[in-house]
This record gives sequence, C-alpha cells and structure tokens, in this order.
Amino acid sequence: MGMTLAEKILARASGRTRVTPDEVVVARVDLAMSHENADLVRKSFLEIGVPRVWDPARIVIIFDHRVPAESERTATTQKAVREFVAAQGIANFYDVGRGGICHQVLAEYGHVLPGMVLVGTDSHTTTHGAFGAFATGIGATEMAGVWAEGSLWFKVPATYRIEVEGDFRPWISAKDLILHIIGRLGAAGADYRAVEFDGTAVRRMTVASRMVLANLSMEMGAKVAFTPVDRVLIDYLQPRTTEPVETIAPDPDAAYERVIRVDAQQDLGEPQIACPHSVDHVKPLSELGDVPVHQAVLGSCTNGRLEDLEIAARVVAGRLVAPGTRLIVIPASQRIYRHAMRLGYLDALVAAGAMINPPGCGPCVGVHQGILAAGETCVSSTNRNFLGRMGSKDSLVYLASPAVVAASAIAGKLAHPASVTRESEPCLTKI
Amino acid sequence: MPDENLIPAKLGPELASAFTRLLRGRVRAVLGDNIDTDIIYPGRYLNVTDREKTAEHLFELAYPELRAQIEPGEIIVAGKNFGCGSSREQAAAALKFAGVGAVLAGSFARIFYRNAINLGLPVVVSEEAHQLCAVGDELALELVAGEIRNLTAGRVIAAAALDPRAVELIAAGGLIPYLKRKYIA
Repeated sequence: MGMTLAEKILARASGRTRVTPDEVVVARVDLAMSHENADLVRKSFLEIGVPRVWDPARIVIIFDHRVPAESERTATTQKAVREFVAAQGIANFYDVGRGGICHQVLAEYGHVLPGMVLVGTDSHTTTHGAFGAFATGIGATEMAGVWAEGSLWFKVPATYRIEVEGDFRPWISAKDLILHIIGRLGAAGADYRAVEFDGTAVRRMTVASRMVLANLSMEMGAKVAFTPVDRVLIDYLQPRTTEPVETIAPDPDAAYERVIRVDAQQDLGEPQIACPHSVDHVKPLSELGDVPVHQAVLGSCTNGRLEDLEIAARVVAGRLVAPGTRLIVIPASQRIYRHAMRLGYLDALVAAGAMINPPGCGPCVGVHQGILAAGETCVSSTNRNFLGRMGSKDSLVYLASPAVVAASAIAGKLAHPASVTRESEPCLTKI
Repeated sequence: MPDENLIPAKLGPELASAFTRLLRGRVRAVLGDNIDTDIIYPGRYLNVTDREKTAEHLFELAYPELRAQIEPGEIIVAGKNFGCGSSREQAAAALKFAGVGAVLAGSFARIFYRNAINLGLPVVVSEEAHQLCAVGDELALELVAGEIRNLTAGRVIAAAALDPRAVELIAAGGLIPYLKRKYIA
C-alpha cells in the first residue's frame, strides 16, 4: 500500500520509511512562521529558559494583523518582537511596509517548498499545501516549543481526496468551489484530516487560486490541504528560490478515507455565498434575494491577490460604488500592491470609489480599517463570517468571490457580476 | 474523538503522579455546536499578550454575562467542534484564567485542543455530555479513564479517555512548565 502526500512528508520528516494514519510521530520542522503573535511566542519562549532559538534561519516573522500599529498596545508588542528578532539574528523578518499578509509573503519570497513541514501560529497556514508543504496552524505556546526544539509531534492524519473535473462557468472561481465543498462537508467535515485536491479543474488553476482552496480548507477543519505539485507550481517557484524544487506526489495506490467528486459545471451553476454566521452556511447567490450591502471588502490571505484585484477592477471599471455602500480593497502584499498599481487595477478601483487599505489583514480580524456597526451588512472575499468577526455582534458578514464582492459594491446589494457588467469570461493574470 | 490526544512518550510518566486525575466541578453553561474562537475570544483583543488578562474578554460578544458568573473550577459543556476557527491561544487562556476547570465537548477543533492541553486546561471529548448535563449539575471527571459522573443526575456519561501523556502535560500546568523542567534538569 502506498502513501498519501501527508503520510510521505511526515514519514520523511520523522525518519521513518512509512507511517500510517493515527500513528504519532515527532517530525523535524522546516519552517516556523509567526505574525504579531510572535510576542506571545516570545514570552513563552523566554519562560522556558533556552537562550537561543533552535535555528534562526528557519523562523519567519511577518507583521500583518495590525499594520501599521493601530494602538499603543500593539505598537509596544511589535517593538518587543523587533528587539527579539534582532537579538536572535532572525533575518527573515518582514516589518510594516516590507511584506504583507504572512501567507502571501511566504509564497512570494520562496520560503515554502514542496515536501516541507511548516507550522505557523495562524490557522490559515494550511494555505501552503498549495506549495506541496505539510503546513498547519499551531498555538503560540506550542510554537515556543518549536523555537526551542525544532520539532513537534503530529498524529498522522487520514486523507480525503477531492477530485474536481470540468470547466468552471463564467464568473465561477476557486472561492465558489471551496465554499461549495465546505457547505457539503460542514464546518467540522474534514476535522483532523489531510485533504488532497486534484482533477482537471484544479490542475488548470493558477497558484493564486490553488491557495484559495488550501486556505479555506481550514474552515472545514482540515489539518493540511494539498494541491498538485506540477509544472504550474514549479514555474511559480523556480524564480523565487535557489533551492531545488522537488516533485512530490501521492502514491497511485495510496489509501484514502474518502473520495469526493465535484463536477465544476454541474455542481457550480452560480456563485456560492457563505451566509452569517458560519462558513458552512453556504447557499447559491440566487436563493438569497435582495440583500443590501453597506460594506464590501476585497482582500485577505484568501482573496487579496493580483487575479482578485484584476477581476474586481474589470467589474467596477467605468462604474461607481453604489451610494450607501463602501468598497474597501486590501492588496495582500507590497508586491501585489505595486503590480496592481502598474497594471491600472488600483486606479480603476479608486476611480469607482474604493478605499485602498495597506497590505495586511485589514478588517478581517475585526481590529481596524473597516469595522461594522450594529445593523450593517458586509460582503467580503475573506474567510470567516463568525458572529462579531468584523465588528458589532449585530452585524452580518457574507463571504463571496472577489467578482461577487465587486459586483455587490456597484449594485449596493448582493449581485451576480453578470448583472453589472457585460464582460464575459475574464482573462486572469498568471501569478 | 480528536485524533490528537496523544503526546510523545518522551514526556515521561513522572508528572502524572503529582496530578489529581479526578476533577470535580459544577456545570456553568451548556453551549451548542461550533462555538468558534471569535465567540470565545474576540479578535479585537488579540494584542492582549498577558495571559491572565485575556480572561477579561471571555465570551464578550456572544455571552457577555457568562464570564462574571464563572466560579473557579466550573465546567463548560458544549456540542461539536468547540474552538473552531482561529489558532488564537487566547481562547484557551481566557477560559483557563477565567477559572474554568474543564471543557467537555462533543468534539474539539484541533488547534484549540492542542492549545488547551499546552496551557494546562483539561478538555474532555464526550458526545453525550451536551445532552446529559444541565447548568448547575455537579460533575466528577476521571480524565484518564474517560468517565464523567453526573452526581446531580446520578448517572455516568461516556467520554473519551485523555491520553495519560496529555494528562501529564495538563498536570505540569502546560507545555512551558514542562519544558522548563526539562531544560533546568
């Protein structure tokens, strides 16, 4: 019997020839990522009493949740992390204005490669399965242990395989696909499981779109979520790294706990929307009727990449955001910000009345840069719509694709892109 | 049952003896499924990095009255997928420092589950607890055997055994006190 991708990577990282689900292994960690919560990790690490981190070159710290600092308290914790990073010789530190959202920056700068074991103090660390890494979120205390020891225990997860065949209809994207899958499986539907996405629809996706699948798999409980390591990925990685890029794939006779098939044409007839207050509360757009929108948010580790800004720019070009509606746009990184400026996407968005926030998590975590009042409704390209997630507990967040977010901003209510623009299948940037 | 209720054997057995494996407490609240980390601890307070202070914001948006009612050692009971969402450790810390003695749930989201054990907060998986416990019930938990006795209702509630090595971590007060011992020794 062969091994799944998760099994292969954990076997190698724990020095075994093979592992099977439910075994516990201690694996070496290749990369340990934190954002502002590095301050919590730092405090726990100092409590342990080990003077130096195990390997400063394998630690990456990226500020994104509160950039620039929104309060004196945050400024103080960020300052403490800067001092720690300097004292420990952690070179991979992306300060305010230098990087962007942690998951985007890890990818852009070639930190993550196929076959790695990556842990991050952020639940959406699953994103890096799009690069063939066994990548998962952990808490700050556990990360302090990783900083001290460079290893961590894992229970080998069983794997679900999700095969997506066929072509998407116009205006349907990776976001609609993963929302559909989460709606089918439920918020705990892939709890503790590894997920492997494959099929013609997945293999045709850009790396940016594959990141959406891996990112949002966390919202059905997945521990890790992979997309294929293929030519598309290798072409993305090669200019970003000096390391050899390893081609890694599951064995053809690997054992899967469950195989789920999705027909991109049949199952995704229209945009999918996650309704308040859970990500698995998914409905097709047409079932929702008139839902007035006060705020539309385009950004986050899920959907703030160049192709997302491009499609939004195409939808809003030459139009204005509806009176009574605000459109907030957050490029996922400094690099994406510059690209989108040069390509005119930001100009089109600003001309339509959008406000551009600095690269970072923006209002997604409910901290700043677009908090909702009681009674307000938001449509967002982000990843969570929990009660009070983006502000008042009496506000509502609907999760949707970038195209639907942009169309809704123009219409002032949840809207299909085809209802605001005559443009048909948009051509997406390969990045 | 969560798949991550095991800690590597290298943690050693000696700590468990220091720990009373039997916990007793009254049920303070019975909550539903998918109690997410934003409900437990709102994102706006993530820049609170003093663990004790996180307790001030426990359940602040969804159940604002609950925190003040918690007496030390009381138990929170919930349905499936408790702690889903963010990796924020403050969710587990806020429960612990608000005085919660244990959380019983039908299942736990994996990062929350690890966080709780790493902070020394007992977490017990029981599919039945949600149906068979009411606010005010007195419970006795046997963590290693995986048994809950509802003393008020006079019945035994099935639960998953917590791996002895996880019990050791909890007994040590969490991962940091455990590692501290290891490095000082």
